[in-house]
Amino acid sequence: MTLSAAAPAEAGVKIDHWTAESGARVNFVESHALPIVDVAVEFAAGSAYDSREQAGLGRLTLAMLKAGSSRYSETEASRRIADAGAQLQENFDLDRAGFALRSLSSEAERKAATQTLADMLQAPLFPVEAFEREKASAIANAREAETQPDRVAERRLYALMYPAHPYGFSETPDTLASIRREDVERHYRSCYGAARAVVTIVGDLDRNAARALAEELTSRLSKGTDPALAPVAALPAGATLRVAHPSTQSHVLLGAAALARADPDYFPLFVGNYSLGGGGFMSRLLREIREKRGYAYSVYSYFRPYEREGPFLVGLETRRDQAREALELARAVVGEFVKHGPTEAELKAAKKSLVGGFPLRIDTNHKILEQIAAIGFYRLPLAWLDEFPARVEGVTLAQVRSAFARRIDPEKLSIVVVGAPD
Amino acid sequence: MVPARAAFLALTLVSGAQASPHEFTLANGLRLIVKEDHRAPTVVHQVWYRAGSMDESPGTTGVAHVLEHMMFKGTRRFGLGEFSRLVAEAGGRDNAFTSTDFTVYHEQVHRDRLPLVMQLEADRMANLVIRPEEFAREIKVVMEERRRSYEDRPRSLLIESLLSTAFAAHPYKWPTIGWMEDLENMSWRDARDWYKHWYAPNNAIVVVVGDVDPQKVLAWARRSYGALARKATPARKTLAEPAQRGAKRVTVKAPAELPYVRLGYKAPVLRDTAKDWEPFAISLVAELLGGSDAARLHQVLVRERRVATSISADYEMVSRGPGMVFVEAAAAQGRSGAELETGVREVIAGVAASGVSAEELNRARVQLLAQLVYKRDSFFAQALELGELEASGLSFRDADRIAGRLKEITVDQIRAAAARYLVDDGLTVAVLDPQPLNPRPASAVVPRVKP
Repeated sequence: MTLSAAAPAEAGVKIDHWTAESGARVNFVESHALPIVDVAVEFAAGSAYDSREQAGLGRLTLAMLKAGSSRYSETEASRRIADAGAQLQENFDLDRAGFALRSLSSEAERKAATQTLADMLQAPLFPVEAFEREKASAIANAREAETQPDRVAERRLYALMYPAHPYGFSETPDTLASIRREDVERHYRSCYGAARAVVTIVGDLDRNAARALAEELTSRLSKGTDPALAPVAALPAGATLRVAHPSTQSHVLLGAAALARADPDYFPLFVGNYSLGGGGFMSRLLREIREKRGYAYSVYSYFRPYEREGPFLVGLETRRDQAREALELARAVVGEFVKHGPTEAELKAAKKSLVGGFPLRIDTNHKILEQIAAIGFYRLPLAWLDEFPARVEGVTLAQVRSAFARRIDPEKLSIVVVGAPD
Repeated sequence: MVPARAAFLALTLVSGAQASPHEFTLANGLRLIVKEDHRAPTVVHQVWYRAGSMDESPGTTGVAHVLEHMMFKGTRRFGLGEFSRLVAEAGGRDNAFTSTDFTVYHEQVHRDRLPLVMQLEADRMANLVIRPEEFAREIKVVMEERRRSYEDRPRSLLIESLLSTAFAAHPYKWPTIGWMEDLENMSWRDARDWYKHWYAPNNAIVVVVGDVDPQKVLAWARRSYGALARKATPARKTLAEPAQRGAKRVTVKAPAELPYVRLGYKAPVLRDTAKDWEPFAISLVAELLGGSDAARLHQVLVRERRVATSISADYEMVSRGPGMVFVEAAAAQGRSGAELETGVREVIAGVAASGVSAEELNRARVQLLAQLVYKRDSFFAQALELGELEASGLSFRDADRIAGRLKEITVDQIRAAAARYLVDDGLTVAVLDPQPLNPRPASAVVPRVKP
């Protein structure tokens, strides 16, 4: 068996960028290999723009966009999408709210699908009946979530990590119950303006068609204002929350606010985390907790960067009676890593894997859409993907150590154990 | 409807432009299927073993999956952890999954690294070392996996109970991950025996999709897999499920809030792509009942009657064993499991009794045909399709015939298929009976104390 040097990066993804008449930002990647068009339209309207009292308003507003617009009733809209063979997916996270539409590129199908999406985004009616139904459904799902140990753990951890920031808000039956239809209308007016919109188009259409499509999707939006999201205040002192639950496993999460998307520490933390808990069987957490002791099936760490400091998170699930040992071990592994960083050999292996695996990050239209949508939303350089391998390659041991030491204080991690041992 | 016609046209053009896969059989019986796709400089490599949980016996349920875990534990040539290290350093991603029907190992790599992963897979096809102490650790990991995926997930427990109720004899009655009691009693020798029986080149299909030259892949396959010896695999008994004579039901009590039901109707699967029509009709029925927001179940039960918060239908027409149409639904707030079940069964009975409109059929058809196009965005999805057809006793060539057969199905056939299969005689209903969490009161934040 021979192992050659890391494969060279192939010709990158060519992004065409412009601003629509409305002010919405547009990124386009032309690709005619398949008769498919993928479109994402996203707004700075994620859960970070909810209030604590009405947490869940953003998600409900997004769901209500599908419930009827000036040209199409809810039923007509869903039939038009289906009749065109298209697929419409809601995207919602802390920062972003919007839709991804996948359609055939043949003209009649594409136009039927995009016209429907355009009307949803720009002329929603928020019918009363549909609002009551969606609200009841959201409340029911929130109640269901309160019975699911993984969902409970995540919700409680975010509240601990972000005691004063909207990233820590979470929807409950009570916050949802307080939402009225007027709140949805107001939220739509304030969050779905062109200044907060990013359109991403990938696939089988030419530039002129892409321009026309971006106009169709945004020209009727209000102008809107670009929001400023509150910064995350200083880290809370670490606390441990134990929540009773009859589950057979304890769900253990550790985390802290750590990294924003456009942060200079992005690459050192991303590369470093590969060796800590991001690189599967190559990571210390998996080796110590799963391979050596059989404590867990899944154990990992990740950084999830957002507009403001997104979380660093470590997670595992283990049989209740060994939860204490597993948690202490996870803390020890993180503590040791923050103190000393990865070894030279670990860093080298991480870089090899991440650089060599770069082509796998952009080998489908769907993956390209997600990458470009993030570049557009977070205003990253258009060359971000092209530079990715070199940026990974350039990370030094000193940078990883320094970034972890500055960003992660093992003593200040928030910890949640759901299904805690008695 | 005009859009439907136009979609057919586009789809015809699409299938014409696609390269057809190459097929090779090595002297030792290993089958190799290679599909060229040069959209990206990457490649997917999958090894399919025709051995899944349906080949297990009572008492050792879960062993196919346990062996899958052990396959990452080292061979006579490569020590513990070497497999994953070599794939990772090559920038690759690797994993595996076990189903009722087969066990699949897969890697995604830059095209230059294909020879490496072929060599590694060929090595562990014949040279695996199962150490008792490694087995003892890994079986604990598998039990944690079972706790995580089943014990603490009421809706997964419901699927498990549905299957164990629906099947009287067929091994689909036990879960692929195995019963916890069987995992507790499993020995490293069970895993070793499983490996000895089923892991052979003549029981494997290798599927490669991506930016490759098929002749080069064949040459690499001969050098790696070609060196392995053919071996006898156990005789396979025909596994038949006796006819069901009336509806069955099962209730699962577990901590949850919303009542939830899952229905399973026994149905045929595809055995002869040219002659069978029922599986295509049933695929369309499942789609038009529960494939999207526009489908009948969602329209009636979520939007109009507000009995459900979510609902979907599912049917896999390619399978080694018997088929089943599944419908799952979660109740809306304040609605009972009984109301939910009644609603679902009424809508389904409506299709069986009165059929569907041409518009509904066309909508479902366009959705399924478009999904065939979307599948082509992913090398992995393409490889899955080819491997599944082959491992289920069909031909990879059937992939190109499916669209044509779907286009032929008529509204009369839809009604006939629904009237024959979506009826109580072959139905199993599984109902989740939500139990209160009843948490002990103590749930408190405590400040961290330095140790």
